[in-house]
Amino acid sequence: MKYTAPTKQGYFGKYGGKFVPEILIPVLEELEIAYEEVQNDPIFQKEYHDLLREYVGRPTKLTYANRLTDYYGRGKIYFKREDLCHTGAHKINNAIGQLLLAQKMGKTRIIAETGAGQHGVATATACAKFGFDCVIYMGAEDMERQKLNVDRMRLLGAEVRSVESGSQTLKDATNEAIRDWVTNVENTFYIIGSVVGPHPYPMMTRNFHRVIGEETKDQLKDFEGRLPDYLIACVGGGSNAIGFFYPFIEDEDVKMIGIEAAGLGAETNQTAATLTIGTPGVLHGSMSYLLHNDEGQIQLAHSISAGLDYPGIGPEHSYLHDTKRVHYFGITDKQAMNAVKLISEKEGIIPAIETAHAMAYLETLMPLTQKDEIVVVNCSGRGDKDMKTISEWFSK
Amino acid sequence: MNRMIAQQSRIQSLFKNRDSDKKIMSLFITAGYPDLESTVDLVLGFEKNGAEIIEIGMPFSDPLADGPTIQYSNNVAIENGITMNKIFEMVSEIRKQSEIPIILMGYINPVLRYGAEAFCKKAEESGVDGLIIPDAPIEESSIISDHAKKHKLDLIFLVAPNSTDSRMKQVDEHSSGFVYCVSVTGVTGARSGEEVAKSVERFISRVNQHVTKNPKLVGFGIKSHEDAEIIAKEVDGFIVGSALIDSIKKDYPNKDWKQNVFSFVKQLKYGNI
Repeated sequence: MKYTAPTKQGYFGKYGGKFVPEILIPVLEELEIAYEEVQNDPIFQKEYHDLLREYVGRPTKLTYANRLTDYYGRGKIYFKREDLCHTGAHKINNAIGQLLLAQKMGKTRIIAETGAGQHGVATATACAKFGFDCVIYMGAEDMERQKLNVDRMRLLGAEVRSVESGSQTLKDATNEAIRDWVTNVENTFYIIGSVVGPHPYPMMTRNFHRVIGEETKDQLKDFEGRLPDYLIACVGGGSNAIGFFYPFIEDEDVKMIGIEAAGLGAETNQTAATLTIGTPGVLHGSMSYLLHNDEGQIQLAHSISAGLDYPGIGPEHSYLHDTKRVHYFGITDKQAMNAVKLISEKEGIIPAIETAHAMAYLETLMPLTQKDEIVVVNCSGRGDKDMKTISEWFSK
Repeated sequence: MNRMIAQQSRIQSLFKNRDSDKKIMSLFITAGYPDLESTVDLVLGFEKNGAEIIEIGMPFSDPLADGPTIQYSNNVAIENGITMNKIFEMVSEIRKQSEIPIILMGYINPVLRYGAEAFCKKAEESGVDGLIIPDAPIEESSIISDHAKKHKLDLIFLVAPNSTDSRMKQVDEHSSGFVYCVSVTGVTGARSGEEVAKSVERFISRVNQHVTKNPKLVGFGIKSHEDAEIIAKEVDGFIVGSALIDSIKKDYPNKDWKQNVFSFVKQLKYGNI
């Protein structure tokens, strides 16, 4: 079936839209027009893809995980190696794309929010490369648990502003970035780090990441001569997952699995499993599933992974969930940390804790697969940034 | 378009009967701030001291268009245990004693969580006259507009300094009651009068050219009678929110806190007398 979402108004089914203060309406309209232009502009596209190749290091590899495959003794497992991107995660695909767009629009100042710090690092990197002023909003708690990334951003010349409100994590950093944006609309471009926010951000960010799925498709065709049976990716806001899934949406035989962070368990209130236990609502400019109480107050999410610690999710994931094109499951902190260890030992790859959530699902999935089936996991980022959390966890 | 309603709303008749050389003063207070018990008293006291419209803020955990002051009052109110039903009870209580136009202002998520239809029905029953939902611009307003109309609630939209001329016309077309003119691009919060006055003149002259159906109130950054006189010179009136909350925050819970707030309100309206 032909997949055409979103609509011109930015809707994926009933999710998405532009729930923003009036001040942002002209800004989003300007952005929509500019984005539409560059989408069809061969010069822009060439510049973007040249940067992905020569600076980001694309195409990233598709690695056969032979020891992990042997360990489970069932289907074949591949990793799409976004951890090999410059800066250590997929986030830079989007940061570079949006920065080029900002440049084309004549904006001079860049702001971004960050959770794990990977989007912050990617944005700070792109700003350094292009000579832009850069302010990164980051929750105080996240600055603590991702200190390495804070140091990296500062070294790259970005100003990192600590956000002390609310849960002091990604949600609050996003609020603060939006407040900056409405105050400085004239010269400032907000590089949103996930497939969240008002239209056209979810669509634009998806399209800057679709290269992940496109490469996977080509590479697997070379190796195996066919499409995969399963794709697995972790989902916070959901940018790596949507970039990975999107090129396969119309391939109906490819089963897709999104993994949310269940924290201490989806049945506890210490969780970030938005699709598992949330209901639709509006946060950060779009309609999507949310964790909120009966009064519509946003609940604090919990995950050991700063990048997944978010009470919302991209609107396209809500749509893919409702239509059952993608199936979403929760993985707890403990399951994810076990996967960090397993993947490190079996494959010589230390995954980011976010990424490890996707890998942890192999425990459930692999026993159900046949020997001739192929599973590809998006290895969205590397775990260096998490070494402090990882060491503390395993010394407990 | 909204003139289908034969009877004029409280807001509409207020503007119709306005003395043309007097400005309408609308005051914003977060429901449940500084405590649940005071909201009704505060509103009645605001009216006695010169307020002609009351905007009651419906607290939200993530008020992304608000500056630190209103973020703070929202947090306090949520900690105090404010709920949508308590807000409706407050309005009913005010209605027993006053005919002042009451507007509920807040973010869309708590409204949708309550149910847009149930919310509008309950609002009408309690005596609410209008709604301001800053994160439901006209693109997204269909989510609530039919229910609002059915329950005789004016739906007030905003224009900002960066709104285009044609956007202003559109907002005017969709609004009823009045149009809320945001004086500066930014979040809510008191600012220096000069900062606002500098840019507001050109904006207001564009507003007056393109918003012709509805009365206009200007808000954001007004913290004194003098600010209001300059900024609201060419419109129907002005809105004060953050400065009022700041004034409560300064004195609460000292013995005379309410009296001090009411004096401030009087000063906002009449200047130093």
